[in-house]
Amino acid sequence: MAAIEYQTELLTCIIKRVAAPEHNATGYPLTAFDGNIQMNSALEHPTYNYKVVRQFAIMTVVWGIVGMLLGVILAAQLVWPQLNLDLPWTSFGRLRPLHTNAVIFAFGGSALFATSYYVVQRTCQVRLFSDKLAAFTFWGWQAVILSAVISLPLGHTTTKEYAELEWPINILIAVVWVTYALVFLMTIKKRTTSHIYVANWFFAAFILTVAVLHIVNNAAIPVTAMYSTSLYAGSIDAMVQWWYGHNAVGFFLTAGFLGMMYYFVPKQAERPVYSYRLSIVHFWALIMIYMWAGPHHLHYTALPNWAQSLGMVMSIILLAPSWGGMINGMMTLSGAWHKLRTDPTLRFLVVALSFYGMSTFEGPMMAIKTVNALSHYTDWTIGHVHAGALGWVAMITIGSMYHLIPRLFGQVQMHSVNLIAVHFWLATIGTVLYIASMWVNGILQGLMWRAINPDGTLMYTFIESVEASGPGYFVRLIGGLFWVTGMLIMAYNVYMTVKRSEAIRQQPAPQAA
Amino acid sequence: MNNLWGDSLSGFWSAWIIIITLGTIAFSWWILVSNRRTDKTPDADGNVETTGHAADGIEEYDNALPKWWFQLFIATIIFSLGYLVLYPGLGNFAGILGWTQEGQWEEEVAQAEERFTPIFAQYQEVPIPELAENEEAMQVAERVYQNNCAVCHGSNAQGGYGFPNLTDDDWLYGGEPENILTSLHNGRNGLMPSWQQLGENNIGNLTQYVLSLSGLEHDAESAEQGEATFASVCAACHGPSGTGNQALGAPNLTNDTWLYLAPGQEVADSVRQTLRNGRNGHMPAQASYIGEERVHLVAAYVYSFRLQD
Repeated sequence: MAAIEYQTELLTCIIKRVAAPEHNATGYPLTAFDGNIQMNSALEHPTYNYKVVRQFAIMTVVWGIVGMLLGVILAAQLVWPQLNLDLPWTSFGRLRPLHTNAVIFAFGGSALFATSYYVVQRTCQVRLFSDKLAAFTFWGWQAVILSAVISLPLGHTTTKEYAELEWPINILIAVVWVTYALVFLMTIKKRTTSHIYVANWFFAAFILTVAVLHIVNNAAIPVTAMYSTSLYAGSIDAMVQWWYGHNAVGFFLTAGFLGMMYYFVPKQAERPVYSYRLSIVHFWALIMIYMWAGPHHLHYTALPNWAQSLGMVMSIILLAPSWGGMINGMMTLSGAWHKLRTDPTLRFLVVALSFYGMSTFEGPMMAIKTVNALSHYTDWTIGHVHAGALGWVAMITIGSMYHLIPRLFGQVQMHSVNLIAVHFWLATIGTVLYIASMWVNGILQGLMWRAINPDGTLMYTFIESVEASGPGYFVRLIGGLFWVTGMLIMAYNVYMTVKRSEAIRQQPAPQAA
Repeated sequence: MNNLWGDSLSGFWSAWIIIITLGTIAFSWWILVSNRRTDKTPDADGNVETTGHAADGIEEYDNALPKWWFQLFIATIIFSLGYLVLYPGLGNFAGILGWTQEGQWEEEVAQAEERFTPIFAQYQEVPIPELAENEEAMQVAERVYQNNCAVCHGSNAQGGYGFPNLTDDDWLYGGEPENILTSLHNGRNGLMPSWQQLGENNIGNLTQYVLSLSGLEHDAESAEQGEATFASVCAACHGPSGTGNQALGAPNLTNDTWLYLAPGQEVADSVRQTLRNGRNGHMPAQASYIGEERVHLVAAYVYSFRLQD
């Protein structure tokens, strides 16, 4: 019975979709649902390569849970240090890089692969350049992640933040990434549309720049199979590292996810993009200026004064180009605000844009030397990173996945829209708890560290500032638990959606519609 | 070109930095200003017509740049250019304020010295035993201790593995005011050589003998054999009876202080490890870090522990 109901629902939907003028406007009648008209036994799209997109989409959810669970363990270790378990493999210092790598490169990376492969095919109206190479990027990327999961707890590290993996893994990353660039750019090259859609500009910039950043920053002399020394020394090494580090934020976590935003926000809102010329201006300004911002990670260090100043002023100029993306996303929704009441997926996308706007305002402020003198080395930085990582990157990813996953598996929508709404509130409250507690901790630490007695001695010892941070660490842990709970709900929702799709696949094809 | 305004960078690199910095800012300005307006007129909803192409059904309006955003962009550029005139940034050009972080640091340190040195200078006049009884001075001293010494010796000054306890009356280098002052001022290097060349058998016997010195449970036969080796090898520093030598920093082996006893470790294992591998204790010289005046004050603080018992 359920199956018959479902088929009716599908048919209604197909009729609606085909009749929808926006889809006729493309002159391209295929939608994700068309595969079901024939009820074909495979989930293969007749034109596009959806297999690799589905693989990356599922792994996005899996790595999201793994990465965030590691984050929760680390948050708990800061509240209860006994949870280090006195074992080297589970100590904070080894799990922390595993958490950052899992969240940025495994979760964020899989999401970017999935959405860029989906978007480039649909907006260029061609299949991926090569199915084999695309499959190689999937398995290659999973191999990279698996190597990280093994080598980081064993203590192999280059000590470069967000680039901890040792040289053999770095070579694999470079090969996979160059293949990714080839697949993506060649797909654009053979497009059947006249224009290259804005989402693809951002994806292309992200892919090309990350290739350059990764290769330059990881240039090293191998010493043993799992140990190497950087090609750079001293403050030049630090500068190369933070040129890489900040552009990992700028291109991996910003440009890439703006590409995602430029497709999924107008799609989900069913509205045209607000301003084409705004996207031109903020795209070029963003990629030009981001390159310069790295030195703000090295204020008041051995880095020359001139380099620090340039890092600061370019970070300030970066405010408007960053906000260009937020405005374009937000204004795209004007005329569709009422949809927020019924569409929790759209809510994810909008709140992501809000957190994006907030953290790209906070970033330039923290890059100002006088502010940085207070905020640097405190939990404020951790809070800022998570406003971006949870509020922007994870929210936009999850919104996009809730749009994408049903379409990839021949469904109208996710198994449960209510569970999307529950996930939305868990994620939003979790993010607020996280960043608010880290603001409090950060400012507390910054002020305690600089407070002096009338005799010039420090008013507080370092350990006192650690003790004072305890309550904030606990609140942060709660925020993290909200997030992991939300991700588990998502996993259940995705599982049920895929299962329903499997059930339909296994039915015999109907004789007549 | 050889020396563009200064000499920290070569002229070429200075010019290179100036050109690409100003070029990047000029490019941003140009792309912003040249795309500001649209010549199309808005419809009833305030949107101008779309670009005419659609990507997977997504169309794009061609709205003008929001005015406030345009102005914000211009404002940040003007601020930045102003900053680069005032502060170092454009290659070797030092900025008209002549500011450097080194200069800022020196200025702040000089101000602090001027303000706080008199406070510490007055304490330096007072002999250590007397200063140790000055409650106010000891409060100040405790803060200096907590921020400079506690990281090794612990916030309660009771030490830890490899770091001497400062509150007991067992002193490696002597506990008189002048000894403490020397330890703080110049630092100490405690060296126990490795005696691996004696062989495992001798090390085992020596270990039993050392245990016997402080009345710990030991193998009497083995200790007896160790005694002779102790007299010829160890007594030179630790003394014939093993009571140590403060002039050398050689520990007293007859009491129950074990500097290198890890938590949960058997004394025998620790002693054996010391004999096999040697030990290297390092107390860094403090005078160059915190200055003579604070060294004097902290010496009094360490001396004050004996008054508390």
